[in-house]
Amino acid sequence: MLSIKNLHVSIEGKDILKGINLDVKPGEVHAIMGPNGAGKSTLASVLAGRDLFNVTEGEVSFQGKDLLDMEPEDRAKEGIFLGFQYPIEIPGVSTVNFMKTAVNEHRKYKGLDPLSASDFLKLMREKKSLVEIDSKLTNRSVNEGFSGGEKKKNEIFQMAMLEPKLAVLDETDSGLDIDALRVVANGVNKLKTRDNATIVITHYQRLLDYIVPDVVHVLYDGRIVKTAGKELALELEEKGYDWIKEENGK
Amino acid sequence: MAKEEQDKILNEVTESEYKYGFVTDIENDDIGKGLNEDIIRMISAKKKEPKFMLDFRLKAYRHWKTMKMPEWAYLDIPEIDYQDIIYYSTPKQKAKLESMDDVDPEIRATFDKLGIPLDEQKILANVAVDVVMDSSSVKTTFKEALAEKGIIFCSFSEAVQDHPDLIQEYMGTVVPIQDNFFAALNSAVFSDGSFVYIPKGVRCPMELSTYFRINAENTGQFERTLIVCEEESYVSYLEGCTAPMRDENQLHAAIVEIIVKDNAEVKYSTVQNWYPGDKNGKGGIYNFVTKRGICEGVNSKLMWAQVETGSAVTWKYPSTILKGDGSSSEFYSVAVTNNHQQADTGTKMIHIGNNTKSTIISKGISAGKSNNSYRGLVKVSKNCEGARNFSQCDSLLLGDKCGAHTFPYLEIGNQSAKVEHEATTSKIGEDQIFYCNQRGINTEDAIGLIVNGYAKEVINKMPMEFAVEAQKLLQISLEGSVG
Ligand SMILES: Nc1ncnc2c1ncn2[C@@H]1O[C@H](COP(=O)(O)OP(=O)(O)OP(=O)(O)O)[C@@H](O)[C@H]1O
Ligand SMILES: [Mg+2]
Repeated sequence: MLSIKNLHVSIEGKDILKGINLDVKPGEVHAIMGPNGAGKSTLASVLAGRDLFNVTEGEVSFQGKDLLDMEPEDRAKEGIFLGFQYPIEIPGVSTVNFMKTAVNEHRKYKGLDPLSASDFLKLMREKKSLVEIDSKLTNRSVNEGFSGGEKKKNEIFQMAMLEPKLAVLDETDSGLDIDALRVVANGVNKLKTRDNATIVITHYQRLLDYIVPDVVHVLYDGRIVKTAGKELALELEEKGYDWIKEENGK
Repeated sequence: MAKEEQDKILNEVTESEYKYGFVTDIENDDIGKGLNEDIIRMISAKKKEPKFMLDFRLKAYRHWKTMKMPEWAYLDIPEIDYQDIIYYSTPKQKAKLESMDDVDPEIRATFDKLGIPLDEQKILANVAVDVVMDSSSVKTTFKEALAEKGIIFCSFSEAVQDHPDLIQEYMGTVVPIQDNFFAALNSAVFSDGSFVYIPKGVRCPMELSTYFRINAENTGQFERTLIVCEEESYVSYLEGCTAPMRDENQLHAAIVEIIVKDNAEVKYSTVQNWYPGDKNGKGGIYNFVTKRGICEGVNSKLMWAQVETGSAVTWKYPSTILKGDGSSSEFYSVAVTNNHQQADTGTKMIHIGNNTKSTIISKGISAGKSNNSYRGLVKVSKNCEGARNFSQCDSLLLGDKCGAHTFPYLEIGNQSAKVEHEATTSKIGEDQIFYCNQRGINTEDAIGLIVNGYAKEVINKMPMEFAVEAQKLLQISLEGSVG
């Protein structure tokens, strides 16, 4: 479903991604780990279409379409969802209004009529209980004044509302307390089907106890330097990244 | 790249077309360009005015001649040649309209196109409309239904004929002719507008609305509105405005006077969408307006709510004199400027009575190369005990070629006053837009969402139908402005 070939990305002349190759098939869960500054968020942003970054080389196809050729909103409607590492606050815009606009844009793209107010509220109720998010949060403006953990929960709520084909979750676990981590991970698992895929970016193997990955990649200095099964996460937890750095000549 | 993106969206938003810019092809009866005493006599004669009215006009004109255009506003206005303007122009049609069928079909078509049907059956049942095209009122709806409650809602010209005593008693009492340059000019040449009178103890059962349209070329519009609310009465009044797209600038100088007596309440809402000029700053309306109300009675209330998106230049400070003890006033404003538009707008709250209260919420939105200024005065007079004011002035910037300015003035003459002022400036962030994009919302709609969220506090104060229109207008006027 997603195929990244030799992706090079720079910002302000500085190379950040230096030839990423990655294939994700429907139904799979991929974990991407790696030290701070390795380029994990950059990769996620580039997939979502942030044009702050320059793609200097490489190709990305998503369900057979050239992803890099699409506007960010069209990528979203094609089924790519980015759970932001740092979700953005939009003061004055209610979560209901925001999600309603988003859901109906997705429906329009698929040639469906907009949801009626009551159907929309029903959908909201259903998804809220799925990710166990409090109405107190969804009644407020988008992320405004939310705590770090609340923001992350809200990302998963939005993911549930939009039912993406490919969800890229950038450190959705950081900032969550232990209960919230379980709730969020359960939410992600409940949303999993044979047809969709998830990329989880994380620093902690703990998350992977809940969301069990098929593959674990290590992204280091702009490249994927190691790919293995879920035992790799345990090894990293134990040994840190020094041995990876040494293997890669630093 | 962030900047390129913003420039792109900014361009998109700024390049949208003004959709009310068409011209109606009807014959107009005008008196030619220029301004002198003869012209004023002619206007007065055409309107068959009583002598007191002509005297009022001449006195104002003589005073105006001694005055200079004010220069203190943060506006860059080319010199206006007051002799190059037609001061009176009226669509040719039968003198007195007996029914809808008498309204010129072209004029009816114009208002249909603007979404304002003149046909009473078609109008939302809770809004009565007075329609003013160029210098004359075309039609007032629901007049008879209102008259049953003793409410007078008619054009200003009609009121001069039918209720001269009321006009004479109140006109010029809130905005005296010598008040300012544009007020004096209006007092000399004013054309038409609305008159509202709500008798004691009556709650007006529907929204009263006046719709102003400039159609004719080279013509200034100088309307005058007078609202008198007797004790314990209530009215909600709405005003909307549009004009055709023309390359030359057109002058609009209006006066609104409101008198609110004991325990009475007035809500005055405006959606101002005069033609703003094209994206290079050519054409557009010069909008110089003096709006003022007096809360004369105890516990009287006056609320101003305005959404200002139009005009090349806006100079406007709806103000309240809080004279009655315990009276209160609120001012809610959203002013949008785009392209080369300039707005200098705000309010004055003059506290005279004891325990008077005022609230000012101003939201400026600037895009393109525009300049948007808030100018507000809170004045508490020496003998006024227990006055309270809260002011909040926020500015939102789209792009980095526009300007936002805040000029708050305080004149506090009594130590017991409590005055609070808050101000913020923010930018629509590229990250906010991207966040919306990532959820499937395109940039234009994202800006609409963000801007409407920002302006919500003000829009919520408007009557329902107006609020919906105001929301659309906000988005349309910023279309093409972020990139
Ligand atoms: N807007 C930017 N301007 C300049 N440099 C940037 C920008 N965004 C990212 N970078 C740089 O790119 C590199 C990769 O950043 P990225 O955020 O992708 O790392 P990460 O792997 O997600 O790290 P972390 O684990 O800390 O979240 C870092 O060196 C970062 O400083
Ligand atoms: Mg990161």
